[in-house]
Amino acid sequence: MHTKSLTELSIDLIQQKLSSTELTQHFLERIDLHRQLNAFITVDAERALDQARAADRRLGRGTPAPLTGIPIAHKDIFCTEGMLTSCGSRILSNFVSPYNATMIEKLRQQDTVILGKTNMDEFAMGSSNETSYYGPVANPWDESRVPGGSSGGSAAAVSAGLAPAATGTDTGGSIRQPASFCGVTGFKPSYGRVSRYGMVAFASSLDQAGPLTRSAQDAALLLQATAGFDPRDSTSVDRETPDYTATLTADISGLKIGLPKQYFGQGLDGQVELVVREALAHYEALGARLMDVDLPNSALCVPCYYVLAPSEASSNLSRFDGVRYGYRTQQYDDLTQMYAKTRAEGFGAEVKRRIMIGTYALSAGYYDAYYLKAQKLRRLIADDFRRAFEQCDVIMGPTTPTTAFTLGEKTDDPIAMYLNDIYTISANLAGLPAISIPAGLSGDGMPVGLHIIGRYFDEPQILNFAHRLQMGTDWHRRSPPGYTS
Amino acid sequence: MTTWEPVIGLEVHVQLLTRSKIFSGAATRFGSAPNTQACAVDIALPGVLPVMNSEAARMAVKFGLAVAARINQTSIFARKNYFYPDLPKGYQISQYELPIVGGGHLTISTNGNDKRIGITRAHLEEDAGKSLHEDYHGMTGIDLNRAGTPLLEIVSEPDMRSPQEAIAYLKKLHTLVRYLEICDGNMQEGSFRCDANVSIRPLGQTELGTRTELKNINSFRFIERAIQYEIERQIEILEDGGQIIQETRLYDPDRNETRSMRSKEEAHDYRYFPDPDLPPMILHDDFIDSVRNSLPELPDAKKQRFIEQYGLNDEDAVQLTATKELADYFETATSATQGSAKTVANWIAGELSGYLNKENKDITESPVGAGQLATLIDRIHDRTISGKIAKEIFESMWNGEGDTDTIIEKKGLKQITDAGAIEKIIDEVLAKSEKQQEQYKSGQTKVFGYFVGQVMKATKGKANPQQVNEILKRKLDA
Repeated sequence: MHTKSLTELSIDLIQQKLSSTELTQHFLERIDLHRQLNAFITVDAERALDQARAADRRLGRGTPAPLTGIPIAHKDIFCTEGMLTSCGSRILSNFVSPYNATMIEKLRQQDTVILGKTNMDEFAMGSSNETSYYGPVANPWDESRVPGGSSGGSAAAVSAGLAPAATGTDTGGSIRQPASFCGVTGFKPSYGRVSRYGMVAFASSLDQAGPLTRSAQDAALLLQATAGFDPRDSTSVDRETPDYTATLTADISGLKIGLPKQYFGQGLDGQVELVVREALAHYEALGARLMDVDLPNSALCVPCYYVLAPSEASSNLSRFDGVRYGYRTQQYDDLTQMYAKTRAEGFGAEVKRRIMIGTYALSAGYYDAYYLKAQKLRRLIADDFRRAFEQCDVIMGPTTPTTAFTLGEKTDDPIAMYLNDIYTISANLAGLPAISIPAGLSGDGMPVGLHIIGRYFDEPQILNFAHRLQMGTDWHRRSPPGYTS
Repeated sequence: MTTWEPVIGLEVHVQLLTRSKIFSGAATRFGSAPNTQACAVDIALPGVLPVMNSEAARMAVKFGLAVAARINQTSIFARKNYFYPDLPKGYQISQYELPIVGGGHLTISTNGNDKRIGITRAHLEEDAGKSLHEDYHGMTGIDLNRAGTPLLEIVSEPDMRSPQEAIAYLKKLHTLVRYLEICDGNMQEGSFRCDANVSIRPLGQTELGTRTELKNINSFRFIERAIQYEIERQIEILEDGGQIIQETRLYDPDRNETRSMRSKEEAHDYRYFPDPDLPPMILHDDFIDSVRNSLPELPDAKKQRFIEQYGLNDEDAVQLTATKELADYFETATSATQGSAKTVANWIAGELSGYLNKENKDITESPVGAGQLATLIDRIHDRTISGKIAKEIFESMWNGEGDTDTIIEKKGLKQITDAGAIEKIIDEVLAKSEKQQEQYKSGQTKVFGYFVGQVMKATKGKANPQQVNEILKRKLDA
């Protein structure tokens, strides 16, 4: 049951071969069975089963939406009415949201079931899920390794079959990198495609929500249900949502795949490269053409990102001050001390590091040298892509330079940790859609992700390429050893 | 002795009269129970986002056009970061580098001299909530009803040279924003707040002195006093060989002094940067044109028209155009009466203003409507009553005793215009005043007033004064 696609499950539900209650019960049991993964922060079985029963009634009435009755795990960054929404942080460890994020609302309108809230790096700041106040998540492929981050809980949950699909957010690779590490499909849509309303903000100009699923087809279904303009989010784009499943199987022969030399250079693990090259060969066999493209400013992505994202974060996280909601320190003599102690105790080390970097970068006298300079670089990076896409239809490469690293390996070396997102960050800076799909296993048995970047709002093209690989290979159907049954 | 020249610039926060807040759908009404008008966006729950209220932009553009300013068709919202309990997000959304309104000007008039005061810019921003320091057992209460209320901050050039000029500018601005119907102008409720930047320099020096900023002064009287106090304080320091410290000072109206609040060194680094939640605000030509077409007649134009159309003098025209409502009252009354515009103006400046001031009412609260005043003036004009009786009737109307004709009828105040009747009364008066007649005939013509007085007394003031004069004269001079 837990290895079926959303399409298969949906057919079973509509034909009433399976009830949402049974399906939800099944996943709740699996979550419980594999709780050592620590993939979830909150599981509310009662609430989930209530929602499943409501879905069953709708299915019984014969008026289901495409995803009615499907249980979905949600990253704990999405505000969920009546449930803890912690964002992986102590400072929100008592925050029960009074409202639903648009993402949650749209999926609830279809009567999907909220299976639980998944673990994540604190405020989505991290690439290993080790910064969570709720402890690290284990990678189901090798529990001594990290699942990636920040959407580590969502990736691990889908990978281990604890949920048929999950939501995530991606600011610099937070959907795609954990998808790559855990062998699942992770899709970051174009900036503005999915509403950010109700998603706890990390870096507003980079954050984008998207699905983590077992296949590109499932990703298309989930995106279909969640994409679209939201009047409550001024940065969401008012464009029609195409039928993402309609073009999944389209012919790709003659289409051009750009390969930036910058994505195949120093630092790329040989085994990872091998797997990626094999996938590229598969595309060639399908009639696509490989070509070199140049993204000359690629090396600037990480420094640019680590000025802009912390700058925005330093301001976005100011609201967590202990005044109106969330954690407040026990003992304080005055207002300044209340602020200082609340935030010192409420935030973890990585979050504090980024608040300090951002505060510094925005300070009088440093603003021009850091923030403004980074904004200029961001434009250069976006221009690189614009030029590249004049030559090719999609850009491909590895999602990450290596497979999942071990727990604790990089926690003392923030720079090494940041370099994990070297291939993924550029899509956020340029606002472009990008996907990571399982492309094979490395010599050590760990999954490798293929990264596909598309033109702005060209989600259909990316899904088409991803699905075509998945039609001819079965890497996306592989489960981690020990999670097959 | 050095002659010191004060240099004053003003920052005015005008609360815009939108129904909902600038970035949320919550209502902006004043005086509701604490925190009942604060939605998820206003209290800055995690995940919420601002959405611009286009009505606030419309009002800002309206102001910009009224002061002949440049309208920036692309303007940018920026975050001003600082921590305070009544600032829920930890930042205020404001405009920094590209405000919606660029340079413009207002012309003020003091002692009959016109002077142009430059307006540097006007930008949109959200208001903060309120900290309530009383009644919470030593704790501070936070009311976020005001959080997110739209403000237009209007920044002047340092063009004013005296407290009087500053007040003239503020009053002009106050009149203008109410004409434009973008602000109710209520200073008590904080709808129109002023910060003043004050410095002094030796007369003739072009370089500016070190300035201090006086914060949040909430009446014209206090602003004038605060600036005056601050000028004197600075003069005293400089003449004693001291130096002015750049700082923010608070005015204490009870003690009539300003006190230091924070120095330049203690000033916040607000870390302004463009708000990534709000795209640049683009104003299209047709939007600006539609605002331009909706502009009402502005105070200066109205004043000029009153002078030309009604033959009023400058002083009357200024007074009558102080508010749109007063000007409307004047025009309604004038168009409804046979009497002259000047007569209407005199009644408004005299009786009406007197009663309004006494009871601290504004023109919209006047119990005597423009139509009623017009009828009253008509009755003087058609000689039904005298001017003196009219004042009595006005008082009766003010007290709600009915309209002019009812009161005339009820109280029998109709003027006596029957020449025969008047002549009869005059004869009676003359019969009793031979001594005065002799005086008159011997050249003491001042005594004429005595006869008029007697006639009026006998008729309880109802005799037509003109006729009384004519007939008396004829009889005495015969």
